[in-house]
Amino acid sequence: MTTILYSVTGLLLFVFGLFALIVCPHPLRKILGGNVMSAGIFLFLVAASYRADTGEIDAVPQAMVLTGIVVSVCITAVALVLSTRLQQAADQGARRRRKRRREEDAGE
Amino acid sequence: MSWENVLIVAILMSSFLPGVIIFMLPERSTALRTGLNLFGAGLKMALVIVMDLAIYYGRIFQMRLELMEGVELFLNADPLSAMFATLSSALWLLTTIYAVGYLEGSPNRSHFFGYFSLCVTVTIGIAMAGNLVTFLLFYEMLTLTTYPLIIHRGTVESLRAGRNYLVYTFGGGGIFLFAVIWLHTLAGPADFSAAGLARQLVESEAPVLRCIFLLMIAGVGVKAALVPLHGWLPQAMIAPAPVSALLHAVAVVKAGAFGVTRIVLDVFGVNNIIELGLMPWLIAIAAATIIWGSLRALQQDGLKQRLAFSTVSQISYIALGVSLADHRLALIGGLVHLIHQGLMKITLFFCAGNLAETLGIHRISEMAGVGRRLPLTMAAFTVGAMGMIGIPPTVGFISKWYLCLGGLEAGNQWVIMVLIVSSLLNGAYFLPVIITAWFGKQQGPWPQERKFGRLETHWMLLIPPLVTALTVIAAGVIANAQFSPLTWVKFVVQDYSH
Amino acid sequence: MAFADSWIVVPVFAPLTAALLAFLVRRASFFISLAAACLSLLAVAVLVNRFLVNGPAAYAVGGWDPPLGICLRTDGPALIMLVLTAVAGVGISLYAKGYFTLRIERPSRVGRPERQERFFWPLWMLQLTGLNGLYLSGDIFNLYVTLEVIGVSAAALAALSGKSASLIAALRYLLVSLLGSMSYLLGVVFVYKTYGVLDLGLLQAAAAPAPGVIAAMALMSVGLLLKTAIFPMHFWLPPAHANALAPVSAILSGLVVKGSFFLLFRLWFDIFSPVLPAAAFNLMGSLGAGAIIWGGVQVLRQQRLKLLIAYSTVSQLGYLVIAFPLAFAGGSSQAWSAVMFMASGHACAKIAMFMSAGTIMLHAGHDRIRDLAGIRAYLPVTAFAYAAAGVNLIGLPPSGGFIAKWMLLITALAGHQWLWAVVLLAGSFLATAYVFRVVAQLFVIPPDKPVITRRRAGLLEWPALIMALLSLLLGLMAPYPLRLLEAGQIVRTAMTMGGGP
Repeated sequence: MTTILYSVTGLLLFVFGLFALIVCPHPLRKILGGNVMSAGIFLFLVAASYRADTGEIDAVPQAMVLTGIVVSVCITAVALVLSTRLQQAADQGARRRRKRRREEDAGE
Repeated sequence: MSWENVLIVAILMSSFLPGVIIFMLPERSTALRTGLNLFGAGLKMALVIVMDLAIYYGRIFQMRLELMEGVELFLNADPLSAMFATLSSALWLLTTIYAVGYLEGSPNRSHFFGYFSLCVTVTIGIAMAGNLVTFLLFYEMLTLTTYPLIIHRGTVESLRAGRNYLVYTFGGGGIFLFAVIWLHTLAGPADFSAAGLARQLVESEAPVLRCIFLLMIAGVGVKAALVPLHGWLPQAMIAPAPVSALLHAVAVVKAGAFGVTRIVLDVFGVNNIIELGLMPWLIAIAAATIIWGSLRALQQDGLKQRLAFSTVSQISYIALGVSLADHRLALIGGLVHLIHQGLMKITLFFCAGNLAETLGIHRISEMAGVGRRLPLTMAAFTVGAMGMIGIPPTVGFISKWYLCLGGLEAGNQWVIMVLIVSSLLNGAYFLPVIITAWFGKQQGPWPQERKFGRLETHWMLLIPPLVTALTVIAAGVIANAQFSPLTWVKFVVQDYSH
Repeated sequence: MAFADSWIVVPVFAPLTAALLAFLVRRASFFISLAAACLSLLAVAVLVNRFLVNGPAAYAVGGWDPPLGICLRTDGPALIMLVLTAVAGVGISLYAKGYFTLRIERPSRVGRPERQERFFWPLWMLQLTGLNGLYLSGDIFNLYVTLEVIGVSAAALAALSGKSASLIAALRYLLVSLLGSMSYLLGVVFVYKTYGVLDLGLLQAAAAPAPGVIAAMALMSVGLLLKTAIFPMHFWLPPAHANALAPVSAILSGLVVKGSFFLLFRLWFDIFSPVLPAAAFNLMGSLGAGAIIWGGVQVLRQQRLKLLIAYSTVSQLGYLVIAFPLAFAGGSSQAWSAVMFMASGHACAKIAMFMSAGTIMLHAGHDRIRDLAGIRAYLPVTAFAYAAAGVNLIGLPPSGGFIAKWMLLITALAGHQWLWAVVLLAGSFLATAYVFRVVAQLFVIPPDKPVITRRRAGLLEWPALIMALLSLLLGLMAPYPLRLLEAGQIVRTAMTMGGGP
């Protein structure tokens, strides 16, 4: 029962994250959507590590989850840096445009 | 590595290596560049003559390189290859001398002569190709090496002509590739051989083979300027005269005609072509091109454009001869015209180049009275034109004579009619030019005159057309001698007679 | 399967170490990187030698056996891609050095090229690690990790130039790569649930139709198609590749997209081919046809050189995918041949083209095609390299592209599949049009062209020429890759016929 609950929740999280990744315009929401997607997959993996027929725990999916978490953290970090840098560049551009417009108004 | 293989490689390298070196030379090292050019050309001529003698006495020249299953590069110098290779080497030597004189003082000569040399290497490759894949390889390379020559002047018209050239030739190339692969799936990898396709294949897959044949002829017909695929040729006249001479006497157009010959004789086989009922089609296309080319030539005022359409028409004599290949005399006439037309056309283009370079004349209407200013050039031009019309003792007469005999033997009066009509048309568009040149009155000063001391024009521009004009007469007079083109063609045709 | 010695880990660990060292020791970052590239080239040569003698080999890293340990294995196609990556790696490293040297001499913004170069070398070495790891990996989860390494370093490299256009394109690339990886990972989980194994060899033996496998394959394929930018999921590629620095564009178009494609092909043909229906192959083929035609048409509309080359990548990748139905029809022995030639030829050609475009941009200051007339006058080697690379894209003999198209056309015509044949030919015509549009501009020397004299850098021109000549003459060297592929094939058939692993 728990296995099915975990699996279904994992898949649902995957779909929600996918939706956010594709549809939301703001970069931060996209990144968060990606994180939710990966969380969903990890949950699904955790559920997969329980063998219902024998009652044993399989270690391999757990190893996969650990690796996956590390990878996910790395990607989130790079994505956040990129979006911050992008925001800075956009702000700088907007500031420069405002300054130019102010100069033009002053020069009239 | 036998000495035969070494010879084949040496013949190819004798223009490839100088070409590559010339690319890397700085623009101002004229003497070194000219020396390399002439050395390469002379060496190639000598090596090809050695190969000719060896082939005459029965030696085999073959080289194989397997790329993968079914794709094999195969160089095979049979008598037909030797014929084309000799023509290319001899005319390249003369064109090199001419080009050095023509382009004196022009920019970017290193690039020009580099591609010039590569062009000849590729043409020899086409001549010595022993199967369809090798032929295709060198055929496409010919387009690549001739394109920079066409756009050499760098003007808007050159670029447009170049783009047109690419559209036609790559279109034809794509169709040719398609047909080659299609045939490959049916008949497997096959070398050129006089037997052609297997009998049972012809019987079982006749409609497919007809389709393949038409596609192949269309593919090579672009370069051979068969109607209606000839559109690129007059536009390509924008290139400098040495390029026009090379394209129209030696490399591209002849390669196309050579391709038609190979497809009919060595890929399909003469008997199979007759069996598939394709001969009448080929005769029809050849005849249409001959007449249409001559008609369009009549309308041109530009000298090089008129010569271009004349080429369109004359190359199809070769196709006509090949399409009657089951009759030995017609085949001889067609194949020998490959050599003769080369000699005559290159003379005419050399003279056209002289007129442009020395006096700035590009149109026939400006040519009145030029015979007095450039007597030797116009004498050579007259000899070439006489050959085109077919007046004895020029070589043009020899080819037309054999074609007529072949037509009579085939009992095909249409062929005779076409030959007569085209000779009349040739007269109609050449004689006025000659008459105006010799007997017309000069209409005011020449557009752009250059003086060259005591000679009428630069000696490097004068010697080549005189040499080829003398050959046009000499090869006609001694046509039955041991080493004339005609005798060699009879030797070639031995392999295909049945 | 023979036991490979430790040379097999060198292509992965040498660049990884170099990445670390290059980040720490800034002054020697170029030499460290070049040393790592040469070392991995040497290792790959040794591996090829061993392969020709002993056949495919496996190596358990650290002595840990699968399923918990990481297994590296070599076989024919992997070795071909490794050779390609190693050779291209050396060429790109040399070119990048020349590029940054020239940029640092004359920067448009002070300090920016130095900063770019500082991060380029570690990221490039990381990229090389990921690529080599992908080709050598022996189980599908490790492949996920290498895919992620490739994706992250590629996105970071794409963002290196610092312009906001690059940043946007890089962020989009990263998110698309993330989506692709997630999809692939979910597919891996499905496979694990169905078969209980992750190792490629064990999967090949165990593959049989089962519920969930089609879903798994669909997920994995979608993920990998996203990463390889196959139509219609190609939207991220042109901005990312065009706005990146020239060496980065070469890496992205030449090497990165080939990695995910290699994995896709391996999954479809080596592992799961008994499971997939024929309709799936035809679906892939139609995606490829769409890429060729749509990409080709888009190329003709471009006005900027780098965008033109990027869209050309989209179109040429279609050839790789259109090979799916043809390879399926042609039989397993030939399946790899065509795509290997296509991939290698295209990689070398695209690398050469982006290198040339970068050199041209450095010297002319812009990449508007309309205003590029006369480049041949002061950059003759570069212009020729571009033209030679273009010949490969068109598919003229004796280039690698010609060999690939020959194989594909033979299969298509022998099987009377006219539609694929027509698409292949149409792609060649489109390629001719867009290649010669640029080549005409580069080659023509207008009579009134003012001559620009700037310092010509050998390191910029000669790597491009060598890569272009490699792609042009790949056809002549064809027997060697074919021998590699055949050697692996014989051993595999012997294994399956001999009775299980």
